[in-house]
Amino acid sequence: MGLSITLTINGEARAMTLDDPRITLLDLLRERLELTGTKKGCDRGQCGACTVLLDGRRVNACLALALSHDGADILTIEGVAQGGPLHPVQAAFIEHDGLQCGFCTPGQIMSAIGMIREGQIWGTGAGDDPERVREAMSGNLCRCAAYIGITEAVLDAQLRVAAAGSDATRRDAA
Amino acid sequence: MNRFEYARPATVEQAIAAGAVPGSAYLAAGTNLVDLMKGGVIRPSKLIDISRLPGLDRIERLSDGGVRIGALVRNADLAHDADFARRFPAVAEALLSGASAQLRNAATTGGNLLQRTRCGYFYDTASACNKREPGAGCDAVGGENRLHAILGWSGQCIATHPSDFCVPLVALDAVVEVAGPAGRRDIPLEQFHLLPGERPERETMLEAGALITAVRLPAEAAGFASHARYLKIRERTSFAFAVVSAAAALRLDGGVVAEGRIALGGVALKPWRAREAEALLAGAQPEPAVFRRAAEAALEDARPSGDNAFKIELARRIVVRALTLAAAGTPERMPALPASPFSGVFAHV
Repeated sequence: MGLSITLTINGEARAMTLDDPRITLLDLLRERLELTGTKKGCDRGQCGACTVLLDGRRVNACLALALSHDGADILTIEGVAQGGPLHPVQAAFIEHDGLQCGFCTPGQIMSAIGMIREGQIWGTGAGDDPERVREAMSGNLCRCAAYIGITEAVLDAQLRVAAAGSDATRRDAA
Repeated sequence: MNRFEYARPATVEQAIAAGAVPGSAYLAAGTNLVDLMKGGVIRPSKLIDISRLPGLDRIERLSDGGVRIGALVRNADLAHDADFARRFPAVAEALLSGASAQLRNAATTGGNLLQRTRCGYFYDTASACNKREPGAGCDAVGGENRLHAILGWSGQCIATHPSDFCVPLVALDAVVEVAGPAGRRDIPLEQFHLLPGERPERETMLEAGALITAVRLPAEAAGFASHARYLKIRERTSFAFAVVSAAAALRLDGGVVAEGRIALGGVALKPWRAREAEALLAGAQPEPAVFRRAAEAALEDARPSGDNAFKIELARRIVVRALTLAAAGTPERMPALPASPFSGVFAHV
């Protein structure tokens, strides 16, 4: 059974034929398209390592069947800077030591980018409240427990994105 | 995961025809379905992808003041719809206390109602479960069951329904709009989920092929907007299912409770409306002794199904706390930790 879909991945249209309807967005990215920046942690929607932006919203790629998202726009960690200057969220994670081993980091960064976008759209910005950041980021686990740095990085990244004015994250979903 | 066929019907009618075929399952976001399929808990032979059915992704304010929430409206979109959240704040709070931001961005209204129990024995295909395999027995009985049901359970099944969203919905008289092979009909949410009895494999009123098209709240439900809360005890602060939870909504008139609504989550295989407790609130002062009596009434029929007697007193206390915070008034801004009993509590005691 040929299952043809088209996805826009990091700004590039990709037409492909799936040989199996079971393929999740996560497995498609990692195993078929060699975009291994998106990580497989639990593969059950519990750890957030596979977070990508799907049509501009953060979701767990492990629970999304690729076939069901024909036509979607996907942003992965590979598309965030694309060889250019670091995205403000990436820069903030580095500056605040928001990681140790780094395995969860792509998911953390994609989730933070999604969170900041949500704050702009829904008016749910965390402001300077670390409690709101922790709550909004609770879908991303860090086994190294770098949560203090992650929280500081996200608080700072919000300010950097706001200062960038043009919304650095809007480019991501364009 | 088993192999399956895949179809994406263009209309509700086509979906129903496809969904009525034995072995079919409806796919919306898949946040629960794909998880269950990965574990081999359910093995549908065909997925009917309803995620793009037209017209089911809208939040409509009805001319009578009620609201119709399309079955495909995402949890996050509903919780952050400013008009909806202002009129039904306890529903928004319940939504935001559930799952994670990633899951709320995907998960749908209809899918939330139809999510399966998180009983570990249901998920573990090596264990006996009457839901998964009728007649197999129930390994939760006598097993690890400290989080299991305290109301409405049977010897065949002691699981709970995990939804937060459904708890304030049932308190506010939500109605489920269903389309099926026999046509369209409305089912009150209070009757939608079935208690286990002797046939725990039957979970809802939906017949084969039927699907949820919308959930409706009546105009009266907005009358509680200024005094409505959802509170939830979790084993960690965020991204966890309820040990017990409660929705409380009050309509105050001249300092007296004109009408009160109470429902409980995490206690039974359905969102549990506590009508006897509500009757004690009507005409009473919004004060601790009244709230405690209401809580006693809400849990009057509760009994442990295992190592979970603690949940009975915990549920009473969450009812009292939810009523206390509801009486104090709906917060102007969603609390930093939605539904947390530890958020904002010091302002009220």
